[in-house]
Amino acid sequence: MAGVNIRNLCVRFGETEVIRDLNLDVVESEFLVLLGPSGCGKSTLLHSIAGLIDVADGRIEIDGKDMTWADPTDRNIGMVFQSYALYPTMTVERNMSFGLRIKGTPKTEIEKRVRRAAEMLQLGPLLNRKPSQLSGGQRQRVAIGRALVREAGVFLFDEPLSNLDAKLRAELRRELKLLHKNLHSTMIYVTHDQVEAMTLATRIVVMRSGKIQQIGAPAEVYDRPDNLFVAGFIGSPGMNFLHGSLNAVADSCTFESERLTLDVSPYEFKRKPSGAQEVILGIRPENLLIHAQGRLQGTVSLIEPMGNHHVVWVDFGGNLLSSVVTGALAFRVDESIRFSIDMARISLFERASELRL
Amino acid sequence: MKTSTATMSGQRRPYRLSPARIGVYAFLLAAALFFLMPLYIMLVTSLKTMDEIRLGNIFALPIAITVEPWVTAWTSACTGVSCEGIRGGFWNSLFIVIPSTILPILLGALNGYALSFWRPRGANVLFAILMMGAFIPVQVMMFPLVRILATLGLFSSLPGIVVIHIIFSMPVMTLLFRNYYLSIPQELFKAARIDGGGFFRIFVQLMLPMSTPIIIVAAIMQVTGVWNDYILGLVFAGRDNLPMTVQLNNVINTTTGTRLYNVNMAATILTSLVPLTIYFVSGRWFVRGIAAGAVKG
Repeated sequence: MAGVNIRNLCVRFGETEVIRDLNLDVVESEFLVLLGPSGCGKSTLLHSIAGLIDVADGRIEIDGKDMTWADPTDRNIGMVFQSYALYPTMTVERNMSFGLRIKGTPKTEIEKRVRRAAEMLQLGPLLNRKPSQLSGGQRQRVAIGRALVREAGVFLFDEPLSNLDAKLRAELRRELKLLHKNLHSTMIYVTHDQVEAMTLATRIVVMRSGKIQQIGAPAEVYDRPDNLFVAGFIGSPGMNFLHGSLNAVADSCTFESERLTLDVSPYEFKRKPSGAQEVILGIRPENLLIHAQGRLQGTVSLIEPMGNHHVVWVDFGGNLLSSVVTGALAFRVDESIRFSIDMARISLFERASELRL
Repeated sequence: MKTSTATMSGQRRPYRLSPARIGVYAFLLAAALFFLMPLYIMLVTSLKTMDEIRLGNIFALPIAITVEPWVTAWTSACTGVSCEGIRGGFWNSLFIVIPSTILPILLGALNGYALSFWRPRGANVLFAILMMGAFIPVQVMMFPLVRILATLGLFSSLPGIVVIHIIFSMPVMTLLFRNYYLSIPQELFKAARIDGGGFFRIFVQLMLPMSTPIIIVAAIMQVTGVWNDYILGLVFAGRDNLPMTVQLNNVINTTTGTRLYNVNMAATILTSLVPLTIYFVSGRWFVRGIAAGAVKG
């Protein structure tokens, strides 16, 4: 178990700066998920923690020791890759023990560790197989096992579930969460899948273009996104956005757009607003409530059945808003409906800076 | 299910011999005959006595088959002054081929591994320079190399000719292994780095065992290339190590009285037997090797 501290990290590929002046503290035994679209630098960050990419500037500490220029093998890490990266000519047992054999660990100790990892990951009967004789899910289990036997302080996961089909992904996701619960190791996990991020993380780091957008617990990132990018990236279907203006007079505060006037006085502003400014109102689909007593009116333009719920797209004066409806539907496409907004759970962003107000 | 329905209806794609199809077969047949004809003539001639050859029917099958020319070619044909056949050349060629196959493969694999995984500074420039070596004619380098080897005391010796073969094979061997290793995911290498593997351990324990297909291809190319070499063997091997090709040339150019066509043919077939066997046994791999060298760059 170990923490990771990153100070003023810069990574360049030739002339392009992939990561600039990044600071991040990974707390001991937490499950930290680096989340972002492809090309945001999350994998680069992970690989530079592992020592597989040279950093241009800054400092990486693992367990309090400066590891910026240490060899990958000396960093007290274990790593799992998206493509499994198993050694094709070695058996499962040899794959898992390769690192320990290089280190010269005593045979009995190697055997003990491999057996324990195999038990944890239900790999016992597969120990003598070659990777080519395994299914995708089994291969990734072996890769996780290979990281486990190192008994490292920090485990790094580089999109480990992206190559698996949906059902296996959910299964292995649960297993990973269970593993973390049992081992209490520090884990850093890169993904572009927000479901993985929400379900696994103790804290999520949302990244974009090499910069951290927000760090927080899953619920916090979901409920109180720091900026428009985070708000739009997390959640499916995505957050609804309405452009308008905010007018603050004394103690009352209103959001106004062409078809809508809302009293937003109870909103928890970061800083008390004054006067008038251009803003964007964000509403999660589950907070847009369709019911007969609703104050607002729109037309149903599309319904997407999802099995246990429906996503209803409402045409509201040219804006298409989504709403999640559980249970039976009391309306059909092209019908007019009434709806309201759960004002306790809205988000407001400044138009120019796209930052949360 | 699919096959059962197919057999039940009993239908097959109708087969019709169109004029175009006949043309294709005719062309292929003609090409095959054209290339097989010399081999046929050589085989037939080598099994005839000189008297029979003098009749002049070179396409005719032998009337009385004799293996005498083969024995002569192997044991007592004259190469210049000595008359010991080309068997000496066979062993010389073998002694040249074995190290000239193993060492270039090992070095080429090492080069390709370093270039594609460790990517040292200037790797691309180095690789480009090495590739340029493949395009410079051998003749240009011949004299300087003779001087260099003479200075090193390696000229006219077995190590000398092996060194020469290593040098001339390096561009192709490196290209072959570099392209092969580029097709292996980098993550595999990274995983081995985290596991603590160093430069040579990853090469020997991980990459080499994965390289069997390309090693076979490289071995085929190297064995046939070195076996068929004439000019390098003639210049660098020295009198005691002359390869079979050079000896064959001497057998054919040494005439005392009549030209022994049957012995010449037998000697030629004997000399080409090694590459011929390799082509027959490994046709599939050989084609793959050509494709690997040609398609990727």
